[in-house]
Amino acid sequence: MRRAEATMVPPAEPRSYYGRPVIKAPVWKPEIPWYLFAGGLAGASNVLAWAADVSGNRRLGRNARLIALAGGTASPVLLITDLGVPARFYNMMRVFKVTSPMNLGTWILAATGTAAAAAVAHETLGLSGPLGRIARGLSALFGLPLATYTAALLSDTAVPVWHEGRRELPFVFAGSAAASAGAAAAIVTPERDAGPARRLAVLGVLAGGASMRLMEHRLGELGEPYRKGAAGRFAKLAQGLSIAGALVMAARGRRHPGAIAGGGLILGGAACQRWAIFKAGFQSAADPKYTVRPQRARLEASHGHI
Amino acid sequence: MSATVIATPAWPSSYGEEAKPHVGFFTDTSICIGCKACEVACKEWNHVPDDTQGFTGDSYDNSGALGANRWRHVAFIEQRKPLGVSEAAPDSLVQEAALQSLVQETGISTTEESGLRWLMSSDVCKHCSHAACLDVCPTGALFRTEFGTVVVQEDVCNGCGYCVVACPFGVLDRREGDGRVWKCTLCYDRLKDDLEPACAKACPTNSIQFGELTELYERAERRVEALHERGHADARLYGADPHDGVGGFGAFFLLLDDPEVYGLPPDPVVTTRDLPDIWKHTLAASAVLGAGIAAAFLGGRR
Repeated sequence: MRRAEATMVPPAEPRSYYGRPVIKAPVWKPEIPWYLFAGGLAGASNVLAWAADVSGNRRLGRNARLIALAGGTASPVLLITDLGVPARFYNMMRVFKVTSPMNLGTWILAATGTAAAAAVAHETLGLSGPLGRIARGLSALFGLPLATYTAALLSDTAVPVWHEGRRELPFVFAGSAAASAGAAAAIVTPERDAGPARRLAVLGVLAGGASMRLMEHRLGELGEPYRKGAAGRFAKLAQGLSIAGALVMAARGRRHPGAIAGGGLILGGAACQRWAIFKAGFQSAADPKYTVRPQRARLEASHGHI
Repeated sequence: MSATVIATPAWPSSYGEEAKPHVGFFTDTSICIGCKACEVACKEWNHVPDDTQGFTGDSYDNSGALGANRWRHVAFIEQRKPLGVSEAAPDSLVQEAALQSLVQETGISTTEESGLRWLMSSDVCKHCSHAACLDVCPTGALFRTEFGTVVVQEDVCNGCGYCVVACPFGVLDRREGDGRVWKCTLCYDRLKDDLEPACAKACPTNSIQFGELTELYERAERRVEALHERGHADARLYGADPHDGVGGFGAFFLLLDDPEVYGLPPDPVVTTRDLPDIWKHTLAASAVLGAGIAAAFLGGRR
């Protein structure tokens, strides 16, 4: 009886202090969503490069590694520019702190970038010996967490849409990173060597998109920012571009112009997806109902009204 | 509460013999008169810069919220609420007689159905026992002092902004033109000299009380009981439970309505409580990514 009643009445707007937000909005600038994109691209590209080398596909390996190096070079520049005091960037590297995903991420990024640069240098200089193989292996090993730790970074905050999406967000980012790495490599690699890159791009779109849908579903009302405002527009654009890109890549990717068109669409979709997630955080922080309502519900479920 | 709280480096054991008793604030909002002396005293003592003043229309609150340039903030809430003078349950026969004569002289009704209730509360950094800002700070700029309080070291902070979004109360913010994050230090410099924080010193009604937390908790319990006896059933403590989501506040409150009415979260939880869960899923996603990339090579080179 009570249940039937409860479904009839829409949830009341929670009380607030003049509608002001309870938590602060992020101070992060556009560098951050671009870093999410570049870091993911670099992380997955390092792994793709290593796998291509192991499979004997040297051309794909070299291209993916150069893409990884480019992403890995842009990443610290974006991160340092975003700081309030860029000259103090090095303070991040004076400590090793497991409770701070940003601190761990700095170390992961530094390790991946160094290993990738060493691998490229080794290859370019035509050196022999085990050093190149070790550098390539390390860049792939650190590339895996580089592609996903940014999800931990966003989830480990008080922003409801990020924190409550903590179980799906890493898979969204993994898919997005795979799609970006595959698409970028397919664009610059002749079609006869780019099969794995094309398949990775399509696979990434599917996995990232499915994870995103699952996240939105599980977030329920807290996922509203993904359907409204700037975040909603980016999310819609991301879905459209990614699906179109995957279709083009699957149908026409075996010819290079098709791979370029499909890859471009997929890269655009991946960037929009990062922007949607970034913007959703601002919208989630701005409205006190996202913060207050779940907390109030939790209190009433556990020990009644305080 | 979940057993997986990632405790900040154990205080006070990390300080050894230098550890001091855990101190903090008890802000009794039932006796706040909204004078804002705390806001002013804080700014003066800590050299907190001027910030934009504007007319908000939100009662007497024209400073809005806590931030980089406001470490104490007085909230004003106006509520329509049935009021009765008799509800205040006078302490003595003399008071009761005085009230009665006042009612007769002025003709004021003692049981007004649409009375106006004014809630005022001075907000401040909560100095959480499990502080998310401190946990996520990537440089170690945020630290726990020997008094158990949480302070940003201005000579270390590089303005990454992570603590800003980690705080469940929206206390910290980045200062424009400076780039670093600033917040209440619970007057760390004054504590070192055995002085009470500037806001508590300036408060004319003792709404802001400074002291050792164990003593403040007892005092607060007695105050709530007294208010309940006088008929103020809505009086409750906020942040005085060491088993809450942030391990109890170092600065806790006596409120007369739900926390969200004052702009405070009703059940704040330190975000790093879920960090093991977060890393578990992140590592799983990394593994899936690796498997996906391997799978992409199954179909051959073309």
